[in-house]
Amino acid sequence: MNDRAQDQILLEVDAISLSFGGVHALTDVSFDIRKGEVRSIIGPNGAGKSSMLNVINGFYHPQQGTITYQGQKRSQMKPHEAARGGIARTFQNIALFRGMSTLDNIMTGRNTQMSKGLFWQALRIGPALREEIENREFVEHVIDFLEIQAIRKTPVGKLPYGLQKRVELGRALAAEPTLLLLDEPMAGMNLEEKEDMSRFILETNEEFGTTIALIEHDMSVVMDISDRVVVLDYGRKIADGTPEEVRANQSVIDAYLGVSHD
Amino acid sequence: MAFDLFLLEVVISGLMTGVMYALVALGFVLIFKASGIFNFAQGVLALFAALALYDFLSEDGWFFSLFGFTLPVWLAIPATAAIMIFLAWIIERSVLRFLVKQDQIILFMATIGLAFVLEGLGDLLFGSDVKPLNIGIPQGASDWALDTFNLYIEKLEIVAAATAAVLVIILAIFFQKTRIGRALRAVADDHQAALSVGVSLDKIWVIVWSVSGIVALVAGIMWGSKSGVQFSLSLIALKALPVLILGGFTSVPGAIVGGLIIGVGEKVAEVYLGPYVGGALENWFAYMLALAFLLFRPQGLFGERIIERV
Repeated sequence: MNDRAQDQILLEVDAISLSFGGVHALTDVSFDIRKGEVRSIIGPNGAGKSSMLNVINGFYHPQQGTITYQGQKRSQMKPHEAARGGIARTFQNIALFRGMSTLDNIMTGRNTQMSKGLFWQALRIGPALREEIENREFVEHVIDFLEIQAIRKTPVGKLPYGLQKRVELGRALAAEPTLLLLDEPMAGMNLEEKEDMSRFILETNEEFGTTIALIEHDMSVVMDISDRVVVLDYGRKIADGTPEEVRANQSVIDAYLGVSHD
Repeated sequence: MAFDLFLLEVVISGLMTGVMYALVALGFVLIFKASGIFNFAQGVLALFAALALYDFLSEDGWFFSLFGFTLPVWLAIPATAAIMIFLAWIIERSVLRFLVKQDQIILFMATIGLAFVLEGLGDLLFGSDVKPLNIGIPQGASDWALDTFNLYIEKLEIVAAATAAVLVIILAIFFQKTRIGRALRAVADDHQAALSVGVSLDKIWVIVWSVSGIVALVAGIMWGSKSGVQFSLSLIALKALPVLILGGFTSVPGAIVGGLIIGVGEKVAEVYLGPYVGGALENWFAYMLALAFLLFRPQGLFGERIIERV
């Protein structure tokens, strides 16, 4: 864990409840994310992990509870507010712009950093052109960092799965996020790809001090790279603590291995 | 020799008409690309723009009766563009905003309603008589083409073709190389992912409708200069439909190529086949061509391939 600013809370969700019709996706879930940490959210399928991320970045609006981000308390986020506030994310089922090149996809991540008006952009002159060039430079750094120079111009729809995941991470990193939400960044990857991805996540966290909230099913990865872990089951929080604490927790073991009802 | 020249003239005149169709089709493509809506009101937008422009220029318009002077052309065009942007904003506020997560067919129905509202509004505000629009585009045949190649080409059609070319180049750069262009493509590709990078859907929709409103203005100017500003202008929207089917609903170059093929096709068919079927081929040739495309290549020449999973 990073030593600095360890105790500063970046995001706190308090008593969040979310339901769709009669289905309770989340019930009374509270936890916090500290500045600079890698915070994992784990749990069996359907536990409400992705719903939680969607609440944090404003795709879902919870019926109850509050979200406090950077000291600002609100009952719901809005997606573009979240993006402007420095929350970037990746998706469980890759959501890239399939028709665009790797470069263009990652450039969209700079959306919140660019502000020049429509008029300049329509003509692509003056301030808009300068802005485009500056941001392009930043994007090239991201591309170098993720080691994807070779596929800069390839339409992402043609890339293999593992690389698409990497491009999606690149798009999120291009936003220079304060809080990075990763929804199963290693799902469906082979061992080598998983190791690469773990390395990128850890380097992002260590070099740029980016706070990371991570959903992942691979327990060895989770235990390796997380500072703290929160465990959900059937939409409720059943455990919260360091990887060691969580591993030893009886209700977590029950949730994962099943418990006999005799 | 004379025969060949005649064919050439027919083809060129077809190409020029095709450019005019393409201008209308372009407005459809922009909105379809960014939101998946087939905007039935596109033709009426062109009509409305032409009516507003005429109003700024003529002494029997609202503007003259309110302020006592008319605007010069170079001011009237930006002023009309401003009105089209304002209109886009109102449409987003009063119609689209409430239909965001509805089926596309519902949005399509809404644009049909919009077409009637705009047409009625245009009639109410500006009257339904045919208005001659003259913004100083030279009329008549090009002497240069006539002298050099012995060809008859309308000057207006040359201007229209040049304007369309410039418009397409600007739009291509805008779509490919700027932040907002990327955001537009992003929204068309994946709503959720676009939201996650901070694209605001409301804003994007206003921008798309503004841009296609301005394209409609260009189309309105060209058609208005050619045949006067009249309400049948909104019917060219129907001619744009086969153009879109040919070119593919999502492709800017498709709209252009589709327009040209329809334009040339119907002129050549009229001249060479017309006599055998009693004429008026020009009126339905485009639709027959579109029908053939629907049978054999439903995604059009440049459209994204339609893959249905079952």
